[in-house]
Amino acid sequence: MSDYRISHLAALEAEAIFIFREVAATCQRPVLLFSGGKDSIVMLHLAQKAFAPAPVPFPVMHVDTGQNFAEVIDYRDRRVAEAGVQLIVASVQDAIDRGMVTEPPDGTRNRIQTPVLLEAAEKYQFDALFGGARRDEEKARAKERVFSFRDDFGQWDPKNQRPELWNLYNGRVHPGEQIRVFPLSNWTELDVWRYIGAEDIPLPEVYFSAEREVVDRGGMLYAVNEFIKVREGEEIFTEKVRYRTVGDANLTAGVRSSATTIDEIIAEVEVSRITERGATRGDDRTSEAAMEDRKREGYF
Amino acid sequence: MTDTLTLREDTHELLRFATAGSVDDGKSTLIGRLLFDSKALFDDQWDAVEAVSAGRGDEYTDLALLTDGLRSEREQGITIDVAYRYFSTPERKFIIADTPGHIQYTRNMVTGASTADLALILVDARKGLVEQSRRHAFLCSLLRVPHMVLCVNKMDLVDYDEAVYKKIENEFSAFATKLEVPDLTVIPVSALKGDNVVNRSENMPWFQGPSLLHHLEKVHIASDRNLVDVRFPVQHVIRPHSGDHHDYRGYAGQVASGVMKPGDEVTVLPSGFTSRIASIETADGPIEEAFPPLSVTVRLEDELDVSRGDMLCRPGNQPRVSQDIEAMVCWMDEARPLRVRGKYAVKHTTADVRAIVKDVQYQLDINTLHRDETATELRLNEIGRVTLRTTKPLLCDDYRRNRATGGFIIIDEADNRTVGAGIIV
Repeated sequence: MSDYRISHLAALEAEAIFIFREVAATCQRPVLLFSGGKDSIVMLHLAQKAFAPAPVPFPVMHVDTGQNFAEVIDYRDRRVAEAGVQLIVASVQDAIDRGMVTEPPDGTRNRIQTPVLLEAAEKYQFDALFGGARRDEEKARAKERVFSFRDDFGQWDPKNQRPELWNLYNGRVHPGEQIRVFPLSNWTELDVWRYIGAEDIPLPEVYFSAEREVVDRGGMLYAVNEFIKVREGEEIFTEKVRYRTVGDANLTAGVRSSATTIDEIIAEVEVSRITERGATRGDDRTSEAAMEDRKREGYF
Repeated sequence: MTDTLTLREDTHELLRFATAGSVDDGKSTLIGRLLFDSKALFDDQWDAVEAVSAGRGDEYTDLALLTDGLRSEREQGITIDVAYRYFSTPERKFIIADTPGHIQYTRNMVTGASTADLALILVDARKGLVEQSRRHAFLCSLLRVPHMVLCVNKMDLVDYDEAVYKKIENEFSAFATKLEVPDLTVIPVSALKGDNVVNRSENMPWFQGPSLLHHLEKVHIASDRNLVDVRFPVQHVIRPHSGDHHDYRGYAGQVASGVMKPGDEVTVLPSGFTSRIASIETADGPIEEAFPPLSVTVRLEDELDVSRGDMLCRPGNQPRVSQDIEAMVCWMDEARPLRVRGKYAVKHTTADVRAIVKDVQYQLDINTLHRDETATELRLNEIGRVTLRTTKPLLCDDYRRNRATGGFIIIDEADNRTVGAGIIV
């Protein structure tokens, strides 16, 4: 410390804390998107650090597709109670029942999350929504600002973004418009894992390897659960897998792994040759520009 | 239990650099090469690029495709906006602000350079310095990027000829002395072939310097920060209102510059009241020293009225407190120019004020550095010297002394867009 140097993780933490505080100080009604996935877990951890010893001064919201890993939902509820923050659940199932959205024939609910998210944002008049997206995840994200302006339809216009200089973030919006805020913009997957290790942050069990019953679907291993129905010709087998990302239980594939601790996971991520979305997310494989299109519609 | 290093034990540093150059200079290829050779690329990313490249009938797998993000960019073969890339080596983590050279160059360059520790400028060895190279160097010096690297690229196409390199090096060095470039390094490379990018090239034994990556890993950045002038813009006041912390009042913020310690006497601006630092706190407990870029919470010995936008500094070393601001402004708005008598919102450190443009003193031609004193407005991508009058005093320093307290952004109050960037002179 004597030469006033800090590690890159400490610098990333300082930047994220600055961003949380900036939003709390300048926006009217912020909310943190919290799914129980590792990125949102790191976000909640950082938010707590930003305002300590005061509680986190905004609620968290889960856009719940109803297709979650059960242990992730348990974790979510436990963690939210522990942090003493209010949890808002925006239910996709409820929106389907009301006829607000229609479930696609293939049963994937990723895309219909967006109208549900926008409806909840309008209902609670949220003007700043914290998301855990990182720029290393995907090409379209690499060009998104830390404070990303969305119009009153929740749309992202990549050609008309606010220039972002120094650490001077512009969070001004008119009523009905929002800023999506990404405190982890400059983090990579490895940074997130290393930070979880350095800070000893507990995670849901799905992130650690265990013997799970899986089916092989186009080279990706999906754990058999209430959302993954075994199709004809598919064979169930047991494999040691863990999840690099945790999305919907019907869309997220596991990776073969023997890592049962954070350090073992870090060691695996360090030598990994495939991006986490490429390895595990059925939803991004649809087309090369899949993420860009979803973001334009208001997706995170 | 984990044997992972804690944040304080870890010494893996962060270096942010901005790249500038046009498509033709091979900038995307160079970045692709850095990512590829430092193994920051994943197989599925590589496969996707290889497939597109093969589909187009490219002779080589086009590494430039790795950095083209949006569909409209791929279709038009251009880069629209600043894109951020990440890679790390055992030495450092790198954040690249990849700025396009051909359109909106000023806006994007200024944005990318504003946070950069280092600027990487590319020229084509066959063409030598062009107008754009000088423009990029000027913008980086205006934004006070502490380190500059000139990569003379495509050395393979000039038979790795030392004379070609020397000519460009001399010409650029001569130009750079007219600018304020504290540290300049020139490296001959071939991004396409990989010479001097990650590994030192066997094709250029006459070059004794480091490879680009080696330089990026070793360049000394710790002393680039201002550790002299204590400036702590108050971002947020933390008051838990709970039983345990009933009287707690902490001032949260990120240290802009200087080193603060408990017991230090501080002056709160703009009120001018003086107190001492009782403690400097983080969620991990109190710390003995706070310095940039740490985010901390400062508690004072006395109960003073301190709020967001105020600043803590040392009594004997205070920023300027002024409503009359002289600045170089880069205009970033397509819709409307900056005009004399125009009113705007200004964000400076954690303070939000309003400002009126009193005067446009001149517009600067960034190619010739000629000053046009007849100018009365600044259009998109133009830079000029402007006088502003603010509704409340700014607590500021010259940008050349302090990047954190010398820069501001200008916001259009009607539609909330960021329309300009200012550098206090």
